[in-house]
Amino acid sequence: MIPPAFEYLRPKTVPEAVALLQQHGDDAKILSGGQSLIPMMKLRLARPGYLVDINAISGLSYIKEEGGFLKIGGLTRESELEASSLVKSKYPLLMDTAAVIADPQVRNMATVGGNLAHGDPANDHPATMIALGAQIVATGAKGERVIPIENFFKSLFETDLKHDEILTEIRVPIPAPKSGGSYVKLERKVGDFATAAAAVQLTLDGGGAVQKIGIGLTNVGATPIKARKAEEFLKGKKPDAAAIAQAGQLASDEAQPSSDLRGPAEYKKGLVKELTKRALTRALERAGK
Amino acid sequence: MANKQLVKVKINGRSCEAAVEPRTLLVHFIRESLALTGTHIGCDTSNCGACTVMMNGKTVKSCTVFAVQADGAEITTVEGLIKDGQLHPLQEGFKQEHGLQCGFCTPGMLMSSLALLKKNPNPSEEEIRWGISGNLCRCTGYQNIVKAVQYAAKKMSAAQGGSK
Repeated sequence: MIPPAFEYLRPKTVPEAVALLQQHGDDAKILSGGQSLIPMMKLRLARPGYLVDINAISGLSYIKEEGGFLKIGGLTRESELEASSLVKSKYPLLMDTAAVIADPQVRNMATVGGNLAHGDPANDHPATMIALGAQIVATGAKGERVIPIENFFKSLFETDLKHDEILTEIRVPIPAPKSGGSYVKLERKVGDFATAAAAVQLTLDGGGAVQKIGIGLTNVGATPIKARKAEEFLKGKKPDAAAIAQAGQLASDEAQPSSDLRGPAEYKKGLVKELTKRALTRALERAGK
Repeated sequence: MANKQLVKVKINGRSCEAAVEPRTLLVHFIRESLALTGTHIGCDTSNCGACTVMMNGKTVKSCTVFAVQADGAEITTVEGLIKDGQLHPLQEGFKQEHGLQCGFCTPGMLMSSLALLKKNPNPSEEEIRWGISGNLCRCTGYQNIVKAVQYAAKKMSAAQGGSK
């Protein structure tokens, strides 16, 4: 399958890229890792007249802690996240997620930023970043704008990014001591989208009660879902088996899956309950409760 | 309609260039413009991994990369494995352990295995299975592919030890 013809543009700086996006409007798309965009172009689900390839822009690929945040550059590849000793030591939820996205070859190209900016609720990082309470940095003609993750996903394949903005950084708050996270995904085979998945990030207080918690759900709605009721329920509680089971049920109630080739909606609801329980349990183990 | 662009690559140590439309996929560039047909097109949807090549030291699915993105890159394809008429230990392993039947997936399997052994010279069976998880084989059931990679790992680490 050969994609429709387009004009290829390769800016060297962010302002140059923004100018090109402004010039060509809705007919331009950003090419980052291309692992979603190129398949969509082959299927004619996307037909951009101009591709603005941002891969030649230097300084957009990094993973570092600074100013209270883990900062991930807009061009950082999934495989770089996977190989990062910083991520491995302090961000198990990110590590879990990077390891189950697509397959090794795709992760060598695919970017964390693209996984979010694509706005696909079946992608894995959206739920993860919701659980982590991340912020998205969007750069446009007027400079940078910071978008809290809960305001980022608008509808299916639609985010808060304007057509002339580039996702240049993801900021994840550095977790306090006694924090843990986990991502549990059920997929039919390596490389498939999740049938469903649950992301959990939590912090315990000195007494072992839940001080802070984020729960995100993958591929069970038109947008990635923040399981607010389950989060509220667990806050301030000691997470024993009964509380974990109840939180799983609440998350399941908040999921809005549709029936498709991966299973009926009812099955996916049941799955969300179980996956949330497992993610909570593993996150607690990692927080050292 | 679209203007052709010149793409220069260093492929298997050799500098090559060709002018292609921006929409040309890397796999077509390699097979048609550079006439290296060892890299296969399987599913064409970035699932099967038959088109796997190394680009700047990392494996990619060349059906899901535009040739223009590879401009200036170093690429290794299956043709780059043989050295001075000697099979690469991985190629030898696939032969000795019967790591293929129809052979269609083999070029991609070899490139993914090569990337794995570069990162992890002594992988466990589970690590091998993860390393080739982006490559599908519909003949072997993977058993002999795993054995072939183990064969190569053993041979390569013995060679390394011997040269010290």
